[in-house]
Amino acid sequence: MELLYNIFADPFVQMVSLPDFFVQVLWEGFVSGILYSLIALGFVLIFKASGVFNFAQGIMVVFAALTLVGLFALGLPAYVALGVTIVIMLGLAFTVERVVLRPLVNQPDIILFMATIGLTEFLVGSGELVFGGEPKTMISAELGLPSGAIDVNMLGGFVTFQRIDIAAAIIAIIMVIALAIFFNKTKVGRALRAVADDHQAALSVGISLNQIWVIVWFAAGIVALTTGIMWGARSDVSFALEIIALKALPVLILGGFTSIPGAILGGLIIGIGEKIGEIYWGPLVGGGIESWLAFFIALLFLLFRPQGLFGEKIIERI
Amino acid sequence: MFYREVGQFKTAYATDQQVFPIRQDQIAIAILLIVAFGVVPFAMSDFWLNSIMIPFLVFALAAIGLNIVTGYTGLLSLGTGGFMGVGAYSAYKLTLAFPDVNIVLIILGAGFFAALVGIIFGLPSLRIKGFYLAVATLAAQFFLEWSFIRIEWLYNYNPSGAIEVPTREVFGVAVTGPTATPTVRYLVVLSIVVLITWIANNVLRGKVGRTWMAIRDMDIAAELIGIRLLPNKLLAFAFSSYICGVAGAMMVFLWLGAAEVESFDINHSFLILFMVIIGGLGSLSGCFMGAALIWIMPVLIRAAPGFFGIDIGAATVEHLQLMIIGALIIFFLIVEPAGLARLWQVARQKLRTWPFPY
Repeated sequence: MELLYNIFADPFVQMVSLPDFFVQVLWEGFVSGILYSLIALGFVLIFKASGVFNFAQGIMVVFAALTLVGLFALGLPAYVALGVTIVIMLGLAFTVERVVLRPLVNQPDIILFMATIGLTEFLVGSGELVFGGEPKTMISAELGLPSGAIDVNMLGGFVTFQRIDIAAAIIAIIMVIALAIFFNKTKVGRALRAVADDHQAALSVGISLNQIWVIVWFAAGIVALTTGIMWGARSDVSFALEIIALKALPVLILGGFTSIPGAILGGLIIGIGEKIGEIYWGPLVGGGIESWLAFFIALLFLLFRPQGLFGEKIIERI
Repeated sequence: MFYREVGQFKTAYATDQQVFPIRQDQIAIAILLIVAFGVVPFAMSDFWLNSIMIPFLVFALAAIGLNIVTGYTGLLSLGTGGFMGVGAYSAYKLTLAFPDVNIVLIILGAGFFAALVGIIFGLPSLRIKGFYLAVATLAAQFFLEWSFIRIEWLYNYNPSGAIEVPTREVFGVAVTGPTATPTVRYLVVLSIVVLITWIANNVLRGKVGRTWMAIRDMDIAAELIGIRLLPNKLLAFAFSSYICGVAGAMMVFLWLGAAEVESFDINHSFLILFMVIIGGLGSLSGCFMGAALIWIMPVLIRAAPGFFGIDIGAATVEHLQLMIIGALIIFFLIVEPAGLARLWQVARQKLRTWPFPY
């Protein structure tokens, strides 16, 4: 009885009795949800256009952030460093397409998946070799990102909103809108959607697959850079960020591998669900449940929609 | 010329259906086994046995476990490390509860707990497929890792959170614990690996294995010809997890001697997946080749600077090693996506027709 009360009633009593704290938890969940969404977005871009399950997206986030910080440490002004980092991400996209994707075209999905894990190892090794393994501070002030916090008096208490979190939310929204316009209104965007639909048909109307792949990997690189800056501003830039890539995976299966709105919504569901679960139900089992709770939330959704919330319906024929 | 089955007539079904129907294969395997059992433990130094041969065999067994579910049944699983952990922790609890039972039996029995856990986490495979399933199996990995930290009963409330292997003797010879010699541990590992490989090979050749392969090739078609997906997929998960569990128990009891949760983390799952992919999906011999390559390569890379007399820091070597392994994995995938087992098949075909290939 005691246990049942603790599971089914007590958390809700807590939520109602301390509404300001509940809002704070929701906000924290929302912000981490946005960052999960951004990583998932990078995955989705690549999966849609090339069918590659890009495990290296998480390490691309770290790599981009480290490059930015490292270039700044060399003495470049912040915005120049940002520009050079973007060029480096473009170079990475070219290299990946030339060295990894092109020779492996038409191989089974699992082989390409393994190749991106190999790429992950390579990037981890080279990143640590060049920049060293110790955590670094993101140059958020130099990039003009706000800092500090706003306290809002509401619901009988104070709720703290970090300015950087608000900025992250706004930038994420801008980026999603920009991507949506890019996909729907530009010529390249339409070509991308054509490739996502059917590789062979796209080839037959004269779309260059190689070019498209460079573009999506570059777009994913830009998304990774943004994520890296945002995440780095909240905590340090280090290889521990690699872990967040794994946390973006449940977001992916929840939203569906092929859907950009799915990545966003999935990220928010996972982010908020995870925080609420950890704060209100976590103590019952000893805490630390963040590491797997997201997967269970995602699994629960998958039982009803095996292709994720917004994924394309999987049609199987004999 | 050296590898020709001409003139080897089969006069009974039993001889036609044996594991190695070709005489040259029989001889090769016999020599291999004799060398492995009779020469290696005495010719190799303790260091070689302990840091190369034992882990190689343990990982090869884990790779066989993963190959059954991924290579033969077509269900991509990323929870191998977790299942190995279940085997290790249950072997630890079992041997503490029953100190007088033969430790080899304990290790083999611990696999059944891993099989049980594998069945539970295999349940989603009935509904979801492909990469969705792969991510779902990560749930198993992270949940199990979490349990190994939070459920203190599993490591007997040891403040360090580690499990330490007690000394256990079989017929008066120490097999586990600090006093066991590498030679003894190697022989025990080798015997278990040979036994399980032999069992797995026969399961895979038989009806069950063919059922799994039908599911791998197309599960809807398999269902239409009357294969029941539910029990067969779960059986694949159970058998695979059993083998992984035994491998995990051997890893702690016969190799590391003590283990924490880090020994079963996600990186080990990937390591074993690498072995399976590089070795060849759906091939048992590939598991051994992949394990040998993936395990021995880092050892060689670490030894290389000292060999050439170049002096670089340990951290740099570590980073270079990651880079080289990452690059080599991509290289191998490009050169032979079907794995080392395929290379061996090609070589065998060449040997068969040599010197007149046409």
